[in-house]
Amino acid sequence: MIETDNLTKRFGDTTAVEDLTLRIGEGEVFGFLGPNGAGKTTTVRMLCCLISKSGGSATIGDYQIGDLQDQLKIRKIVGFLPENVGLYDDLTAYRNLDFYGRLYECADSQRRESIERLLKLLDIWDRKDRLVGTFSKGMKQKIAIARALIHDPQVVFLDEPTANLDPESARTTRDFIVELKKEKRTIFLNTHNLDEAQRVCDRIGILRTKLVAVDTPANLRASLWGRRTIVHLSQLDKEVLAAVKGLGYGEVETMDNKMILNVPEPERDNPAIVETIVKAGGHVQFVTELRPTLEDIYLKLVGKEKA
Amino acid sequence: MRLWKAWVVTRKDFDIFRRKRYILYSLIALPLVLGLLFPGSILLAGRKSIPPALLASILQSESTLFIILPAILPSVIASYSFIGEKTEKSLEPLLATPTTDAELLLGKSLAALIPSIAATLVGGAVFMVISDALTVGQLGYLLFPDWTTVALFGLATPLACILSVEFNIIISSRVNDIRAAQQLGSLIVLPLLAIYLLGQTGVLSAGVGELLVVSGILLVIDVLLSFMSRAVFQREEILTKWR
Repeated sequence: MIETDNLTKRFGDTTAVEDLTLRIGEGEVFGFLGPNGAGKTTTVRMLCCLISKSGGSATIGDYQIGDLQDQLKIRKIVGFLPENVGLYDDLTAYRNLDFYGRLYECADSQRRESIERLLKLLDIWDRKDRLVGTFSKGMKQKIAIARALIHDPQVVFLDEPTANLDPESARTTRDFIVELKKEKRTIFLNTHNLDEAQRVCDRIGILRTKLVAVDTPANLRASLWGRRTIVHLSQLDKEVLAAVKGLGYGEVETMDNKMILNVPEPERDNPAIVETIVKAGGHVQFVTELRPTLEDIYLKLVGKEKA
Repeated sequence: MRLWKAWVVTRKDFDIFRRKRYILYSLIALPLVLGLLFPGSILLAGRKSIPPALLASILQSESTLFIILPAILPSVIASYSFIGEKTEKSLEPLLATPTTDAELLLGKSLAALIPSIAATLVGGAVFMVISDALTVGQLGYLLFPDWTTVALFGLATPLACILSVEFNIIISSRVNDIRAAQQLGSLIVLPLLAIYLLGQTGVLSAGVGELLVVSGILLVIDVLLSFMSRAVFQREEILTKWR
């Protein structure tokens, strides 16, 4: 659905995005992570035809980014939630959505149905005639999300959708993204929120002007750390440690009464490890897998790139 | 270009202006004050003591001041129609819609033009009605409307209005600071003020012929500025360089 090949954007001497190559499939939720100034918003702006590209190519569906004929067609099939909601405070919630529905060329009946469905879904239908200026940040964000979906787009770009929201509003927004995922829309999610990305994204790309990594959260974890097993013992003695080292899983880290091993396939290897410990006289309390968080992955990748 | 789409943008701006009462008041206040003040000053001066020919000449000359109004009024609205979108952060989602530059520019221009022209015409109508009411007894005929005011309000002021709006569009497209945009935009009053002063000093007489010439010049400038405004309206620059 979204394809980029060496997509590049320069502002004068500054390169904001360099050689970005991505393939995002239909119905996929793709999370785009990166520090401030990494080029995430610039990428979204290029893909929404808001700014031009300096190099490379990109397509959304069958349409070419940068082709003047295709620009309007792309904007028609794309929904966009910018970082700043940018609603009209002096218009009602309904009028804000009605205005955008008209600009997105929705037929009258479709527009009315769409506004009603989205406002009811977001639980603000009863406030449709209130001025947006009187709304809380969370409510404004809901209206902005409804605006991005008013024309039933195939692709939705969400730029920091939960930034500056209170936990409850952030949760509502995340739940809504999950609902969108069920509707098989392609979602491109720019976020700083690693927990959010982990929960809702099928794949994650980490950007720091260049694309540092792109994969599923699980594969990113595995590629960076492998899989690690922690064995909790009632007491860790030399015989047990020597027996486990003899299994050949490389260096065994110890901490209090715990052993940490790099295990290629825990499902296959953990029973043998436990058996070896028991045979060596050890007493296993429990065995767990050490899973690095997305934050760990992110910090490691971004830190490595920075270095 | 789809005119209906430009009208969607215009209607939205009208809805916003309706909520912003002080824009409405500032829009209507100046034309009304001018419309009341000029005939009122004749009344205060003692219209009976002024010879009829001079009275007619003074009022006709004063009517040309209305050519300056279109330079002032649209800038009041333009600061909300163009710069306001940026300050309210609503420009980015607006530019993300399948709306062309021309549709957006026309919609925004109409939103500034229509109320400004309407307010100028209302002010002009007030001026003419009160002037006629005060002078008909002395002159023995209705001074207004005459061909000069028809040329003034029917041609010169709408064209001056378009000039002001287009100038404001160009300024707001090129500078990256709101205050600078507003300050530079107000400079459009200078050429129109010059036209008025030339009329007042007798260099240019306030006749139909002169107004047609002025209108012709304004028309040419308007056409040039409309091309220029399209050329300088760069979405990318507006999005990335505005503070």
